[in-house]
Amino acid sequence: MSLPSVQLIAIGNPEIKILGELSKIVGHEFAVPVNLRTIYMDLNPYFDPTRKQYNGNVLLREIDLNFGNDDTKTIGLFAVDLFIPILTYIFGQAYLNGRSGIASAYRLRNERYGLPGDDEVLKQRFSKEIIHELGHAYGLIHCHTPRCVMQSSTYVEDIDQKKTALCNDCREKLGLVTIKPG
Amino acid sequence: MAKKISMLIVDDEESVRDSLYNWFIEDGYDVQSAENAKTALNMIENKAYDIVLADIKMPGMDGLEMLKRIKSIKSDSVVIIMTAFATVDTAVQALKDGAFDYVTKPFDPDDLSHLIRNATKQIVLANENENLRSRIVTLEHVEDLIGNSAPMQAVLKEVERVAVSNASVIITGESGTGKELIARAIHANSPRRFFSMVSVHCGALSESLLESELFGHEKGAFTGAVYNRKGRFEMADSGTIFLDEIATISQKMQIELLRVLESKSFTRVGGNKQISSDFRVICATNKDLKKMVDLGTFREDLYYRLNVVNILIPPLRERREDIPILVDYFIRKYCNAMSRNLMTIEPAALRKLQEFDFPGNVRELENMIERAIVVGNGKEIKVKDLPLSGVAQATPSSVESLDDLEKKHIQIILDKYNWNISRASKALQVDRVTLYNKIKKFDLKQPN
Repeated sequence: MSLPSVQLIAIGNPEIKILGELSKIVGHEFAVPVNLRTIYMDLNPYFDPTRKQYNGNVLLREIDLNFGNDDTKTIGLFAVDLFIPILTYIFGQAYLNGRSGIASAYRLRNERYGLPGDDEVLKQRFSKEIIHELGHAYGLIHCHTPRCVMQSSTYVEDIDQKKTALCNDCREKLGLVTIKPG
Repeated sequence: MAKKISMLIVDDEESVRDSLYNWFIEDGYDVQSAENAKTALNMIENKAYDIVLADIKMPGMDGLEMLKRIKSIKSDSVVIIMTAFATVDTAVQALKDGAFDYVTKPFDPDDLSHLIRNATKQIVLANENENLRSRIVTLEHVEDLIGNSAPMQAVLKEVERVAVSNASVIITGESGTGKELIARAIHANSPRRFFSMVSVHCGALSESLLESELFGHEKGAFTGAVYNRKGRFEMADSGTIFLDEIATISQKMQIELLRVLESKSFTRVGGNKQISSDFRVICATNKDLKKMVDLGTFREDLYYRLNVVNILIPPLRERREDIPILVDYFIRKYCNAMSRNLMTIEPAALRKLQEFDFPGNVRELENMIERAIVVGNGKEIKVKDLPLSGVAQATPSSVESLDDLEKKHIQIILDKYNWNISRASKALQVDRVTLYNKIKKFDLKQPN
């Protein structure tokens, strides 16, 4: 049985140049069709002036409320800095086994760390983050297999250590065809 | 599969509870949350959480007070205190009161991951430590089961055979024969060996105490019940419960016990919640339970429920050939324990031991050897080191039947009182006619 399809909602023009390629990578990993939409949304209500960041919990709820549906896994893509009340920042989050998630490219850009911009690096990092959140939406928890995309990442360096793909254990849990090593 | 680490999040802010819940659920933890300390404490009383993450500032009871209460319920709980307003004083107080750590909100995601990983590591190590310790204790006790004699080998074979099953066992044997060791050997060789074996000495407790000990009690169930307390049946979940001196329990407790054995569920004293526990029961007694059933002092249905397997441990006098290896084992054990050079035993002393009947069985022999090592010359155990001379031999080695024993004893008493029939019958606590009849029956003769 195939997995529910994916809907990517790009909000606030996050890396418009690479969105098409991201859709392809994500669709290939889960073997599902991906519907990419770019929309405008006023993010001011979600901005916390004391933290100078956007509230990830409220944004996730909004995405789920406005765009989520039971037949699709929806991920909201952002270009702003996200936080949740308990953590200083997040790359993204999703409802475990739910229908929605969010991911942001803000902390994935090389420029943020004083390095020259690199679209290829950004594409790799953003696709890993989207696949990771989709994994949670499909019901996967964090994985301890080295380099599996479902490994927990708290720094951008952790994301660089991972592959863009699920390990065979995670693939098996989702009923996807496992890949022979080598 | 490894058990999921359970976590309780206590914070009055919904957004904090939700954030932490989502964060940890993605990590595969079993997460629950509570909005205040009172709800959290109720939850903790009903379920043992591995990690409690608690906010310090909450309406009603604050996090520090809650920490103290949690520690009084379960002293080894891992409690992490969170606050948005860090001060050194509160941090020091929290750590003094037993908090695992103290963190300031909001956390860096990496700090939070590290903190929980360290807490998890500590929990896993503590559990492993407990398991290993219980295994070591169990194995020591299995080693204590010494004997090459046929009766002892038969017992050990029976232990091996029944250990793998889940059947209830009654171990019958005289005092000091090692009934608890046999129970430990069964547990140590069973699939339940990684869980606890909980022992209850039924004879040492009054009926009400035994009830509270076995089933546990709720706070306020009786004077002195200050906290909720788990009963032995609950503690033995997944393991084994060993009920020593089962013949001493009252009729009321027999009915209660039968009900628990049939349903594997019970309520704590003063409680109304049904608690289930999966345990194996092993009982021990030095009484003839079947005879007690015939006399009506032990319930027949309980007897048959317990007596799926019956292991009879022979007294030491019926396996005298084991005495030399037991002596050797105890000499090694106590010389090691007392950090002394290994002692030997003179042949005459060993012969004396083999002739002795040991009414206190292996326990008595063990105590004798320990004493001999303490009072001896440090090289060789001699006859004079053994407390045998002052002990009247109840059954000389040549005596086999009860009649022989009776005859011998009457002879000793008559000789002691110079065949004064009145004094001898008084000492024997029988009337003169009975004594005359016995003298006639056993053909006893007064020495010239």
